[in-house]
Amino acid sequence: MCQVDEEYNELLESRSLPGVSKKCMKCKEGTAVLIIRAGDAFCRSCFKEYFIHKFRAMLGKNRVIFPGEKVLLAVSGGLASSSMLAQVQEGLSQDAHKKLRFVPGIVYVDEGGASGQSLEERQRAASQLEHIFQATGFPYHIVPLEEVFSLPSSVLEAASAISNSSTCSYKTAVEQFIQNGGEAVGLRNKEQDSSLADAVSQLQTHDCQPSSFIPPAPQRQALERLFASVKTQTAKEELLQTLRQHLILHTARLKGYSKVMLGESCTRLAVKLLSSISLGRGAALAMDTGFADSRFGDVVLVRPMRDYSSKEIAFYGRLFSVPSVFTPGLDTKTSDKASIQRLTESFVTNLQTGFPSTVSTIYRTSEKLQTAHSAQTNDAEPASKCLLCLCALDTTVEEASAFNATLLSERLSQGKKAGGAGLPTSAPAPSPAPALGSGSAGQCCSSSAGSSGDGGCGGGGGGGEGEGGGCCSGSSGRPSVNSDLKSLLCYSCRLTIKDMTTVDTLPSYLMSEAERRKRRVDMRKEISEFLLEEDED
Amino acid sequence: MPVFCSSCENKRAVLKRPKTAHSLCKECFFWAFEEEVHHTIITARLFNRGETVGIGASGGKDSTVLAHVMKVLNERFDYGLKLLLLSVDEGITGYRDDSLETVKRNQQQYDLPLKIVSYEELYGWTMDAIVKQVGLKNNCTFCGVFRRQALDRGAMMLKVDKICTGHNADDIAETVLMNVLRGDIARLRRCTAISTASEGEGVIPRCKPLKYAYEKEIVLYAYFKKLDYFSTECIYSPNAYRGHARAFLKDLEAVRPSSIMDVIHSGENLSVREGVRMPVQGTCSRCGYISSQALCKACVLLEGLNRGLPRLGIGKHHRLHGKILAQQPLTEREERKLRAVDF
Repeated sequence: MCQVDEEYNELLESRSLPGVSKKCMKCKEGTAVLIIRAGDAFCRSCFKEYFIHKFRAMLGKNRVIFPGEKVLLAVSGGLASSSMLAQVQEGLSQDAHKKLRFVPGIVYVDEGGASGQSLEERQRAASQLEHIFQATGFPYHIVPLEEVFSLPSSVLEAASAISNSSTCSYKTAVEQFIQNGGEAVGLRNKEQDSSLADAVSQLQTHDCQPSSFIPPAPQRQALERLFASVKTQTAKEELLQTLRQHLILHTARLKGYSKVMLGESCTRLAVKLLSSISLGRGAALAMDTGFADSRFGDVVLVRPMRDYSSKEIAFYGRLFSVPSVFTPGLDTKTSDKASIQRLTESFVTNLQTGFPSTVSTIYRTSEKLQTAHSAQTNDAEPASKCLLCLCALDTTVEEASAFNATLLSERLSQGKKAGGAGLPTSAPAPSPAPALGSGSAGQCCSSSAGSSGDGGCGGGGGGGEGEGGGCCSGSSGRPSVNSDLKSLLCYSCRLTIKDMTTVDTLPSYLMSEAERRKRRVDMRKEISEFLLEEDED
Repeated sequence: MPVFCSSCENKRAVLKRPKTAHSLCKECFFWAFEEEVHHTIITARLFNRGETVGIGASGGKDSTVLAHVMKVLNERFDYGLKLLLLSVDEGITGYRDDSLETVKRNQQQYDLPLKIVSYEELYGWTMDAIVKQVGLKNNCTFCGVFRRQALDRGAMMLKVDKICTGHNADDIAETVLMNVLRGDIARLRRCTAISTASEGEGVIPRCKPLKYAYEKEIVLYAYFKKLDYFSTECIYSPNAYRGHARAFLKDLEAVRPSSIMDVIHSGENLSVREGVRMPVQGTCSRCGYISSQALCKACVLLEGLNRGLPRLGIGKHHRLHGKILAQQPLTEREERKLRAVDF
């Protein structure tokens, strides 16, 4: 327990300082230009080879991306995602000896509206990025965050995976691809464009003109109101992350992409893993940080950069002048303790300087995890998934759990008229404290003591009772809406919503989907006695 | 303007609960705190009527509050448990001897039987002597491993059915974070369990009734109850790495007070992929204690001390277990690596 540091000590002690004119450890000829890890000095060309190989190896090892498949690259302009774009370009170039065979497109989500940038700043960044995107020749989509206010609620429905791996394995897909003389297989999806030419021609139609970057004023104000209603930086970052994900998902579906590549590096994922744990997202950890994230069903998120440390990416970007654009985010210029995400980031990077294997150790942990509710199927009732993050709900837990302990603490601290009734065995117990005065705070405790399970995933008995009306924090003006919404959210997203002064500012697609699910749950309740058990797994 | 208790609404609040940020009066806080521990005990089915339960008592705040609450709840809800205090004397002059005085006072205040087992009688080594040989580094490894076993041995002497320890929510959350930082997937999986599974003979189940109690609330409880406890850091090295996790957790709590519970919730909902290798629980071939190796950690550490090779148990030297079991001498090269590092 206590001796963690020893394992690292040897590493630290054995590190030798590099000589000025050290040779590359790989080719033993070139002069080393950088040291990646202790002792690994690389020359320029070997580093390039190493970097490129890693990208291909990651895709090759996981066999998730099929030849001819349309893949959307999520590029923020930052170094990591820009390097990812550069790697895809490199892999698709004619002379690449192991050519990548998918059809890429780019999406950029302009989040300036959330972090309070001026329209000019946003336009400048967008047009800089547009130049980079145009140079690649790939189709691209520039989407302002404000578009969340015109999203359809169907975004939140997890479609079942079209690409049934059972009917079409990776191997047969590759064989078909080769038989067709390198022409992309029309895949399973008919509307899907198969050739690059087609995709490029799309570019003309969906090309964003610089002037059209600017979202209409009402939407801009709505976004401002939305973020103003979030009280904490932590919740703001979580919300932004969620909305961004929905937008990317929507774009991918609209344009027929079945994979989305994210540029998260090993360092970023290590930070994300630790902050996810701190945010109560343990159940979703494998989804949040794994190579492939299939929570949406038909569109799979892929993280091909997860083997690179941020240091490698920074070196690559600098040595090979990868074009990137800096855009300030929500957390730019905030203090170390502004949010949980920010705090975790500085904790991990500080620890990394003292214990150089921190990042890789945390990252390796992520490879050994899977979601607790692994049995989640894509065609399950949408009500069993969180409305916001679309992960399986983790709120149907054992009686003795952190979740129920927290609910109990809140109940016990808020007027105890009904408080005792919620406890299984304390009822006969005379409470030592006085028996409460006026006590009209009736709604503070519902009858559903521990059964805050929703959406019937598991033995809950198919009822989405939700947690009783009164268990909400009560800070909001409309507790009923708030708690209705809460019952549809996972543990962590509840925390995010709890940090909002009102939920009325949320985009309408969220609210209408929430109402739809609620109605469905009510419907279920009404007919529950006629349903046979195995219906809902 | 005075703030009124959000629970009873007619008394003046004296504290703000760190866990929920509600303002409570003294009585309502006591009531809520005790009720919550009771809820934990009942819902997790920690005890059965008629059992003898040993309370691991160090004299610190957690175990003092645990002993107090256990006694109160046992009487209030008629658990039908036989409670006793169990202490380990590590042999640290100026620290443990003082805290044991507190435990002895607690024994009288709560009228519970007390058993003290010492490292010296169990292992023939006090921590003072160990530190003399090992130095200030790594000595926590010895102490931690020995204490775990000492508590079990003490419990066996008393024929206790279960042991409960004063681990609080902060401790659990900290351990979750630690195990992530160390990449220790096996421990990560079991560190949130409220009680150890009672498999195998001679293994006494342990549980943590204060698992969901915030450290700060434990201090508040002890403060307002005017409980007598000992609060001094151990004189031997507050260890660095756990310190990082602890500091991080404190920062998290400052940003979002529910973080501690959130981390535990995360830990409770993690699961490990199939195919990840896990250590198999066996028994030590020397002393019969639970162990994943041929020799348990305590025996290896002890062997190292007795052979004058304290580093034997630090880090991984499973290859040498065969030799130790066969009482064979180690080679010169092996020995050189295992001697204490001179500074």
